[in-house]
Amino acid sequence: MAFNIYLCGVGGQGIGVLAAALAQAASRAGLEVIACDTHGLAQRGGVVSSHIRIGADALTPLVPEGGADLVIALERLEALRGAAQYLKKGGKVLYYNTAYQPVGVRRGEGAYPSEEEVRLAVQGFGGEALNVNYPDMADPRMQNSALLGLVASLGAVPGLRAEIIEEVLKEIVPPAVLDENLRIFRAAV
Amino acid sequence: MRSLAEMMTEKEGFSELVMGNHALARAMAEAGTAVVTSYPGSPTPEIAEALLAPAEKDRPCHFEFAVNEKVALEFAAGASLNGHPSAVFFKSVGLNVAADSMVQLALMELLGGMVVILGDDPGANSSQNEQDNRWFARMAYLPVFEPASPAEVYVMYRAAAALALERRAPVILRLTTHVCHARETVKFGDLPARHDWTPRFDVKNGPYVPITTSVFPLKKKALEKLASWAEAGEKSPLNAVYKASAPGRRRLGAISAGLPALCLLETLRNSGAPVDLLKLGLTYPLPEKLVTDFLSSHDEVYIFEELDRVMETEIKALAYDKGLACRLHARRGNAALMGEMTPERARAALADVWPEPFPAPERRVFEAPAPRLPQMCPGCGHRSAFHAIKKALPPGAITVGDIGCHSLGFLPPYNMGEVLFSMGHSVSTASGLALNNGLRKVVAFVGDSTFFHAGLPGLANAAWRDSDVTLVLLDNGTTAMTGHQPRPGNGEIGERLNLADILTSLGVKFLRECDAYDQAKLAAHLKEAMDHKGLAVVIARHPCMLKFMRERRRANPGLKPQHVAVDQAKCARHYTCAADFACPSFIRHADGSVTVNPELCIGDGSCIQTCPAAAIGREK
Ligand SMILES: Cc1ncc(C[n+]2csc(CCOP(=O)(O)OP(=O)(O)O)c2C)c(N)n1
Repeated sequence: MAFNIYLCGVGGQGIGVLAAALAQAASRAGLEVIACDTHGLAQRGGVVSSHIRIGADALTPLVPEGGADLVIALERLEALRGAAQYLKKGGKVLYYNTAYQPVGVRRGEGAYPSEEEVRLAVQGFGGEALNVNYPDMADPRMQNSALLGLVASLGAVPGLRAEIIEEVLKEIVPPAVLDENLRIFRAAV
Repeated sequence: MRSLAEMMTEKEGFSELVMGNHALARAMAEAGTAVVTSYPGSPTPEIAEALLAPAEKDRPCHFEFAVNEKVALEFAAGASLNGHPSAVFFKSVGLNVAADSMVQLALMELLGGMVVILGDDPGANSSQNEQDNRWFARMAYLPVFEPASPAEVYVMYRAAAALALERRAPVILRLTTHVCHARETVKFGDLPARHDWTPRFDVKNGPYVPITTSVFPLKKKALEKLASWAEAGEKSPLNAVYKASAPGRRRLGAISAGLPALCLLETLRNSGAPVDLLKLGLTYPLPEKLVTDFLSSHDEVYIFEELDRVMETEIKALAYDKGLACRLHARRGNAALMGEMTPERARAALADVWPEPFPAPERRVFEAPAPRLPQMCPGCGHRSAFHAIKKALPPGAITVGDIGCHSLGFLPPYNMGEVLFSMGHSVSTASGLALNNGLRKVVAFVGDSTFFHAGLPGLANAAWRDSDVTLVLLDNGTTAMTGHQPRPGNGEIGERLNLADILTSLGVKFLRECDAYDQAKLAAHLKEAMDHKGLAVVIARHPCMLKFMRERRRANPGLKPQHVAVDQAKCARHYTCAADFACPSFIRHADGSVTVNPELCIGDGSCIQTCPAAAIGREK
């Protein structure tokens, strides 16, 4: 069976870079990878997602609903949404613990979930949720590196070692901000 | 890992994990495609990203954006008439704009060959409909290649371009959203020698003027060429049978193409079901002999496709003509004609006729949390404009939207732009709404890229008949929605082609301009414009702040914007900032207070003027 990773976040958070780094690392580790980003209108502050499927029996790029072994989210509400729709029983949710309120919540039309609510909900889906947060981060786009660090430290993707992820990070991140990204990546490892 | 520029210029072959769109750009380079044009639209813009990645002198193909899809297609066709292999790409609905010239292509001897690349969007991920462009191919007598994955995009483009050159003909390469954006490892080949730019246009290869007596000989030739494409399809390795691992009692089969064929194959392999698959790559004209043989050697065949019943109609007609006994199945009901196919939808479709091998998986449905609709970015000039305009409009006013980031104005809390057809429609639709309408003001919106794309004819018409419409031109200096491609007039905003000059020369008599952040001025302009009898145009201008901030951050990686802050002592909890102006940077807390999210605020300050209690200011 393929190992399925569903990545999600809010348009503008740079999920494409996170997904590209992880897919590239898996490929370099000798795993068979098929992946896909979803683009479109959602890039403007809506829900964005990327899909990575590892293993020879994955012929199509989208992770099936309820079929993700791993959900990686760049934001708390999206962690909950991604898990509700995609998490497989026994799967893991790794998310960056930051909150971007959707307009409905700001208009007083809905509630935004707390960390505890996300933890319990994911438990209800038969999975486990873990998060990271670095309050002193220089640029929110480095949240990607924090999540990659968490993936690496947990060995969350079978067959993918931390060193390979770090190697890819070094190639993808622009030189000017590489040191800071590596510091954040290694903090979790 | 190769950069895009390296991918496009590396002389020798290599393997790389790439997106379908990037694989396509490399295929263009390897095929010796000399000229490529486009108008931006999802799911295709990353093709341009790759073509433009090397420095101009190192680019293997000449690439440029055109002002719209029709212009792009004509430009590529012109290059091919001169013997230069060419290609054009655009999104699904782009073909509606390009159609007037596209339907003529098959009549012509295109010396260099030409590939028309269509980015169809089943699921309407980023389009205003999910039209099925396979119909257009039939109308225009054009053959169609339909790849299912990035590796197939590469292989099929190379095959299509080679055949197009050999036959001096146009062909369609039809992609769909998740073929464009899928990533897999593709094995690439070498780059050819540089292109010879000798212009070889010669009327002797024609005729090229389809008027009076030449129409029928040209149509005859187009039909003959189409028949010869059918022969190519019979022999093509792109059309292949995937045998089931074990035979069943009844001989079952399925016919499919593109990504839906892979959805089917994944399902068949997972279930171990005894169903053979005929997967078509060169899908039109239908390879009749191949299909007839497949139908004759099976008792039942499922025709599985995405969107409209195109293959189904043709295969059923073929089976009828040949008097075949094979029982044909296809998708049932209107819901099956909507949205993208997935392995699960393939399973459910097959289970509908063959329940046994395809049991339903366990379904778990959990309640969805608070929705998150797309919204304009922090600092977007469109938000500032809509906030001001909404307050200035009289009751009963009708607002007509157009396509671009500002389309999002139709969502709450702005509800600006209540009707939308297509790019550039707004001023014309508004003109119709304004006819003999003394009661309700009509206000239309249009973006600056759309203004040039398809807005100009409507504007000329509205100015000429002096429609009683107020048009707000939301000028952010770029084609923002599709990823910041340039539009005529760039360089700097308003350079070379000046919007105000164009409007004046078209005969627009009432014209005002202001910065979209200056809400008081914009509201005053709008009121004056609505009082003006006849066409009035207000340009609300502010650069796209997403683009602006990206460029600033690139130049200065440590950039710290000076955020705004809410003075808690002054805040009277009107929530104008968070709920009405609705910049995503504001956080409304459970205790009723409002603060600013420093991760989102770019320090533009366009919100400061909106607070009735004057509680928003610059962070100290
Ligand atoms: C016929 C057609 N071509 C292309 C597109 C894709 N498209 C969607 S929005 C857009 C850009 C609009 O740019 P502009 O009018 O400047 O508005 P902005 O997004 O910058 O606010 C394009 C090209 C489309 N929807 N229809």
